Amino acid sequence: MSEKEVGAETREFGFATRAVHAGARPEPTTGARATPIFQTTSYVFEDPEAAAAYFNLQEYGNTYSRIMNPTVAAFEERIANLEGGVGAVAFASGLAAQAGAFFTALQPGDHVVASRALYGGTLTQIKHLERKLGFRVTFVDPDDPGHWREAVRPETRLFFGETIGNPGGNVLDIESVAEIAHRQGVPLMVDSTFATPYLCRPLEWGADIVVHSTTKFIGGHGNSIGGVVVESGRFPWDNGKFPGIADPSPAYHGLAFQATFGEYGFLMKLRAETLRDLGACMSPFNAFLFGLGAETLPLRMERHTANALEIATFLTGRPEVETVAHPGLPGSRYAPLVAKYLPRGAGSVFSFDLKGGRRAGARFIRELNLFSHLANVGDAKSLVIHPASTTHRQLDDEELRGAGISPGTIRLSVGIEDPRDLIWDLTRGLEAAAAPGSEDDEAPTGEAMACPL
Amino acid sequence: MSSVIACELPPPLPADGSEPDLRQYQDAGTIRRLLTSARTVAVVGLSPKELRASYFVGFYLQRNGYRVVPVNPREQEILGETCYPSVAAIEEPVDIVNVFRAPAAVPGIVEECAGRAKAIWLQYGVIHPEAAERARALGIEVIMDRCMKVEHARHLGRLHWLGFTTRRITARRG
Repeated sequence: MSEKEVGAETREFGFATRAVHAGARPEPTTGARATPIFQTTSYVFEDPEAAAAYFNLQEYGNTYSRIMNPTVAAFEERIANLEGGVGAVAFASGLAAQAGAFFTALQPGDHVVASRALYGGTLTQIKHLERKLGFRVTFVDPDDPGHWREAVRPETRLFFGETIGNPGGNVLDIESVAEIAHRQGVPLMVDSTFATPYLCRPLEWGADIVVHSTTKFIGGHGNSIGGVVVESGRFPWDNGKFPGIADPSPAYHGLAFQATFGEYGFLMKLRAETLRDLGACMSPFNAFLFGLGAETLPLRMERHTANALEIATFLTGRPEVETVAHPGLPGSRYAPLVAKYLPRGAGSVFSFDLKGGRRAGARFIRELNLFSHLANVGDAKSLVIHPASTTHRQLDDEELRGAGISPGTIRLSVGIEDPRDLIWDLTRGLEAAAAPGSEDDEAPTGEAMACPL
Repeated sequence: MSSVIACELPPPLPADGSEPDLRQYQDAGTIRRLLTSARTVAVVGLSPKELRASYFVGFYLQRNGYRVVPVNPREQEILGETCYPSVAAIEEPVDIVNVFRAPAAVPGIVEECAGRAKAIWLQYGVIHPEAAERARALGIEVIMDRCMKVEHARHLGRLHWLGFTTRRITARRG
């Protein structure tokens, strides 16, 4: 082995280099430089002993693509590397990834402290799982770490928040909340979809688990649904509170995941049991697209955040606009947290309230030409939605307020187009919103777009 | 913390609160060179129980082409190989002595390695900087607080097949 290669083993490569290279070494058999799409369900074993070793988890081996796949693994390693985690497990969607993390960490009777500003789909998921799986959740105002502390009970086993809230733009004080969680012997899980590892790496601030909807900025082009769970490898799952991870597993002849796999214990459990049982695996083709997207994540996030801040600044100066909730604006209540956790920018998804409420919002959206009206965020294309009638439709008024949403709130996901074109488009929308009303522009009831997202 | 010295458990902090700088014993280039050049690995504290971390490591090393020599005074045979009661009792040259024992046992093992082994590899949590210095003075290379299975899988094996971070960045085919 040459000294040059030894140098590569120890070098601390930069983020952009790792975004392009991590997990994607040339394929050894063919030399293929792009990560091949291993479109296969299963893998031929070398011999019966190899098969037994793989199923006993004694050797790292491929068995069945519900549990592992080389294309998916390349993507998992890339995201784990970028987040600074010990590894990652990909899922069929962001919600599946979250469900997988809950399923692995929690047992019936356990208690979760969660931000009440979570994404609407997440709130709905947690409430359903609470009923179905028998754990309890206390939702707290995430902005004051004291609220997290006060919500703790003896049976609390998990804290869960978002780096940047959706769509209220709350910025989580990750370090403080992690410290409170750790004092209770429980992990902090953070949905960092809106930040991406380029803008913030929660594990570096003490979080233990990071989940992403890779559908958003990591994929970046609005073409695939996926999610991922990254873990730090540092949390002491054998502290007596997590028998589901630390105790011998009947499914593996009494194997104790934490004692045997140590820092890999949680992720091995997540893959070998939870993913195996829930079955919500990421497809190899989607993993290929997500890996491709991740290569340009640093470039796109620079442009996304710059465009978003320019547009947020533009909106604050417009008479048609009541408020703009972009955490990166000067004077935002989250400015100190942005300075600490998001120095490269506070993301590109934010909301604003139009004067004139729901009716003005409908006129605004109808007039737009470049912004796509749809239920997604984190696309290279600029997107717009009215949360109260779509993404957060399942929430009642109180829950809407908890998530920082009013009936007239508009959420933008600012893309990477030329900002002057986006401002041109928004200007037309704002002028339409403020124009004297005609009777033909009743606000949409939302019936035609009862989107479950 | 489990009483079993696990394959991949992070190290406990020393009682005085200071954190010894172990990076000098964890150099990736040295690890890779040792893994590539070694043939025979003595595993001290190898358990016959299949679910123990030491058995996972011994089994893995054997499957990946190393000759594994078990060292366990309470057993006759593990993994199909004759057990020796101590490193000193091993009757063949050894490249690496891989240690799954409490840190207090390490100084004695180091003395036994003199003239017998090229390197001593202390598993996760097996931390003894003074013994490591003594080993180096005896001309024995030291890896400390690293799992041999994980490092093999990282540099030469398939750690990445399960989505774990290898930190291997290369455009070379291999």
